[in-house]
Amino acid sequence: MDYLIEILGPLLQGTAVTLQVFLLTLLLSVPLGLGLALVRVSRFHLASAMVNGYIWLMRGTPLMLQMLFIYFALPFVPVIGVRLPDFPAAIVAFVLNYAAYYAEIFRAGIQSIERGQYEAARVLGLSYGQTMRRIVLPQVVKRILPPMSNETITLVKDTSLIYVLAMNDLLRAARGIVQRDFTTMPFVVAAAFYLLMTLVLTWGFHYLEKRHAVYDE
Amino acid sequence: MPSTTNELANVAPMIVARAIRKRFGLVEVLKGVSLEIAKGDVVAVIGPSGSGKSTFLRCLNHLETVDAGEVLIAGETLVSSDAAGVCRYAPDAELRRICRRMGMVFQHFNLFPHLTVLQNIIEAPLTVKGMARDTVVPKAEELLRKVGLFDKCDSYPARLSGGQKQRVAIARALAMEPDIMLFDEPTSALDPELTGEVLRSMRQLADEHMTMLVVTHEMAFAREVSSSVVFMDAGEIVEARAPAEMFSSPAHPRTQAFLEHML
Repeated sequence: MDYLIEILGPLLQGTAVTLQVFLLTLLLSVPLGLGLALVRVSRFHLASAMVNGYIWLMRGTPLMLQMLFIYFALPFVPVIGVRLPDFPAAIVAFVLNYAAYYAEIFRAGIQSIERGQYEAARVLGLSYGQTMRRIVLPQVVKRILPPMSNETITLVKDTSLIYVLAMNDLLRAARGIVQRDFTTMPFVVAAAFYLLMTLVLTWGFHYLEKRHAVYDE
Repeated sequence: MPSTTNELANVAPMIVARAIRKRFGLVEVLKGVSLEIAKGDVVAVIGPSGSGKSTFLRCLNHLETVDAGEVLIAGETLVSSDAAGVCRYAPDAELRRICRRMGMVFQHFNLFPHLTVLQNIIEAPLTVKGMARDTVVPKAEELLRKVGLFDKCDSYPARLSGGQKQRVAIARALAMEPDIMLFDEPTSALDPELTGEVLRSMRQLADEHMTMLVVTHEMAFAREVSSSVVFMDAGEIVEARAPAEMFSSPAHPRTQAFLEHML
């Protein structure tokens, strides 16, 4: 018990880092993903193709590689080259990567809305923007909640990748103690922490799904 | 002398379609369809499926773009073709303004499932016309009373029967105060016992002298409510006549064959 309390301090600090990366990524990548999806389904073919290429790149290479690239290689890239400290570098990589995945979820949702909805909105005089904002996207939210929940839970666990930039997230903190004390107890505690975080998320998404269940389709 | 568009609208037919052509890939769906509809006319378009009736209707309010031909709505040009056959549509803003004069009711209702019945009706007046909620809501309620669904104000569409959905769709279209109502097989997706209530609402609208173009398989409605019946087959209008004549003595063998099959 005393040992548990002793290791709780560093593990909680690690959890704080994990939560920061998680929340910042979620907050930034969801709107960016929505923007990308809207461009992707728009009638601007060149922009749509560019987004397509972007998604291919982001989903086609490991997130860890992207993080290493932004931290180590970006400073040497001409014109856009900047040297980012570890935390911002991690956030940039996570946001760029997750926006691509969220964009595909949004796209699936947008394209699942029947053509009749667009036609009804159009004959009533709604512009494309109004149709998206008032008719399509509110229905999309309901349909994409399950895959969004999936992706967001994956994000919680993916945050452990930031150890490659030598940042002390929950898993790295646990591993440090394991290697120091020759006991696997910290792993068990870390697992419990991850489970707790995903449990809260699961509840949150269930609540949202319930709230959107006031109408059937 | 100022010649206002209003003056024009009083004399010009509500809908003029001239030589409308439309092709989907290799199939020519409309082979030069022409039709004029005067204010207050109720025109029923009948014909076998695949004859181009719905496509023709959808060309009138720009849900489909025509390949050639002319459409004028209340004297205003929606689309015109020059001598070389190149189509030119009105500029975007004008196009939207002209199309807004036409309400449309779809076969599959296309109500907005995430909005209540009342919200479905007030959505466009609020966002498109920018009207105040205080004026829009009483008007929507009045329309719902008219179609007999005032008690369903706060229901979501999924809770309604097909007939009720279609009556909400009619109220929703009327809330934008259109001059013309287009109906695309409004009762085809309904159980037979539910068509009556929808047809009643449409008949009421006809009695109020709304200009209506109705693509339908309801021969009784065509016969009893319409002022003229248009028979389409294979992408062209075969004949257009008063309903009494059309049903008692169709001139064309194709019309005869179709009506024999339907009646």
